[in-house]
Amino acid sequence: MSETATPAASLPDDPGTLIDPDGDRPAARSGRSRSLLRFIVKKLLTTIGLLFGVTVLTFLLVQAVPGDPSTTNLTEAAQQDPEIVAAYKAKWGLDKPLPVQYLTYLNNLLHGDLGTSQSTGNSILSDLAKYVPATIELAIPAMVLSLLISIGLGMWAAVRKDRAADHTIRAGALIGLSTPSFWLAIVALYIFFYVLGIAPNGGRLSTKFRPPQDITGMYTVDALLTGRPLVFWDALWHLALPVLVLTSLTVSILIRFVRSAMLEVLDQDYVKAAYAKGLPRFTVLRRHVLRAGLVQVVTVGGLAFASLLSGTVLIEQIYSWPGIGQYAYLAALNLDLPAIMGVGLFVALVYILVNLLIDVLYGIIDPRIRVS
Amino acid sequence: MNELASQRPTKPVAGEVILPARRWFGIRPGRPRPERPARPPARALTAVAIVILVGWLIVAIAAPLIAPYDPLAQSGPYYSAPSAAHWFGTDQLGRDILSRIVYGSRLSLPLAVAIVALALAIGGTLGLLAGYIGRWVDESLMRLTDLVFAFPPIILAMVVSAAFGPSARNAVLALVLVSWPTYARVVRSAVLSIRGSDFLHASRLLGVGPWQALRRDVLPNSVGPSVVLASLELGNAVLMLASLSFLGLGPRPPAPEWGAMIAAGATDLSKWWVSIIPGIAILTAVLAFNLLGDAVRDWLDPRSRRRG
Repeated sequence: MSETATPAASLPDDPGTLIDPDGDRPAARSGRSRSLLRFIVKKLLTTIGLLFGVTVLTFLLVQAVPGDPSTTNLTEAAQQDPEIVAAYKAKWGLDKPLPVQYLTYLNNLLHGDLGTSQSTGNSILSDLAKYVPATIELAIPAMVLSLLISIGLGMWAAVRKDRAADHTIRAGALIGLSTPSFWLAIVALYIFFYVLGIAPNGGRLSTKFRPPQDITGMYTVDALLTGRPLVFWDALWHLALPVLVLTSLTVSILIRFVRSAMLEVLDQDYVKAAYAKGLPRFTVLRRHVLRAGLVQVVTVGGLAFASLLSGTVLIEQIYSWPGIGQYAYLAALNLDLPAIMGVGLFVALVYILVNLLIDVLYGIIDPRIRVS
Repeated sequence: MNELASQRPTKPVAGEVILPARRWFGIRPGRPRPERPARPPARALTAVAIVILVGWLIVAIAAPLIAPYDPLAQSGPYYSAPSAAHWFGTDQLGRDILSRIVYGSRLSLPLAVAIVALALAIGGTLGLLAGYIGRWVDESLMRLTDLVFAFPPIILAMVVSAAFGPSARNAVLALVLVSWPTYARVVRSAVLSIRGSDFLHASRLLGVGPWQALRRDVLPNSVGPSVVLASLELGNAVLMLASLSFLGLGPRPPAPEWGAMIAAGATDLSKWWVSIIPGIAILTAVLAFNLLGDAVRDWLDPRSRRRG
């Protein structure tokens, strides 16, 4: 682990590591595993507390909704049937005091029961299971692309501070930051589908293809697993536009952070020392700046993820992409409250877990974080 | 850093060859480029931003004089393309899009200001109290902000405004709910840095009471960063409001909200003007707010000038 833990550890022959503040100090090694364990346990406990807090918040929101919860949570047909209404009230403990209602709610949640969607009539958990893989298929390539592009451009802007390249990159990021994502999605579809005709009009697959056998729910992966290269290329072609729109939005958010992080690294004494001892500039950038700066990748990961989740809610509808974004959009449009709450809870859960993962990763990479 | 920088030679050493590609990528053997003292384009951009915002302000105030038609009534055929009669075309109900954009500024801009002002007031007050009182007040407030930060903002705003029913007021409340914690944290950390300062101890020794000190010493010295944040958040508020409207969770139809107008045109790409033109209105307003926010930050926070 110590090989990957510090940027400098794998460069023992480089004299620059002598003054690298991230350098591996032998004295710190003995306590490492224990401090890491304590750090992880602390983060886990905070996360569990946060998850409870989120359920309290959604519970209170449902309570705050004007009107009888059974009328907002049951379909109209079901409301006509007094037996269904009574069963619903018994299941969610609506005749009991609030704390008991919350415990019932929590118990149902822990058993995976997020309620029933009014618009689809299915249980929300099964709806989510159906829609989530499509969103994952969008989010993963967008995440990887945005991190690569924003690190590249952010570093370039930092190195070329106050010059043409820096101004161009920052102007581009500012314009991207000021663009409504759903509008950009429409503009991209208009240009690449309607005018140029080189992109598909949304959807996950051309109608001439049958969806691949459902293994992971991600069409590209399933097509590869079942050996259907044509379907794979077609699915990839359908992915291109939404992924590019998501990526461009996320990149414009991330560039600022990467740039200022890189500027901070460029300002460090060990970078100055590396220059002072006459190392070529490219070597300094690659070995010292990029390596130290890459630690920041982990920290902007959570930000990138939040941006992707928000972006996907707003643009999936435009690309007829049947992911949780479209599900949330339809739920919002129909004011399908249980479904919106379900999406909110699910997204918060994923987001909290991703942030936990990022915190832990950051703690592993940079031991100083564990102490604070 | 600056001492070192000023000692670096500003020109390439004689005889050193720099290939154009290497120059563009900033890869040059030996020494880094010197830092430039100022950014001249920044001022010009701020001027542009102010011109755009003043323009929008005039449009919003003088909407009845500027808009050629009633924004809510049919004034031409359905979906007529941009023409002399309808510069930006008409929408699915034959309403003039230019008039709707003009009147839309009366919704988006004041609502965005309201979101930021309310979030600043609520978050600022809570952050001030948390930082000043400390102990359990501070602890519980910080846990509350953690809770809000556990959601991506637009998701929580969507959940809240759907729960309370779609309307302009509920959209504003939802966006205030998701944005106050940032202000609370910023003000709190500013207060914490002041709380241990010598001048505050001195004023206490001189017999100044805690509430008077809060009002006269702590408050004036901790508002700066939150004002910077507020100016940076204005553009974001316009965007978030438009996003909620796009989802059908903003002002109710037939209100000419920009995000809702984009949603109306999203179904038929052959009528591109219905959604693409209102988007440009959003883009200009948000861009101007963002540029102005950067300018305010540079002005009030000298540290950011160096880093840019």
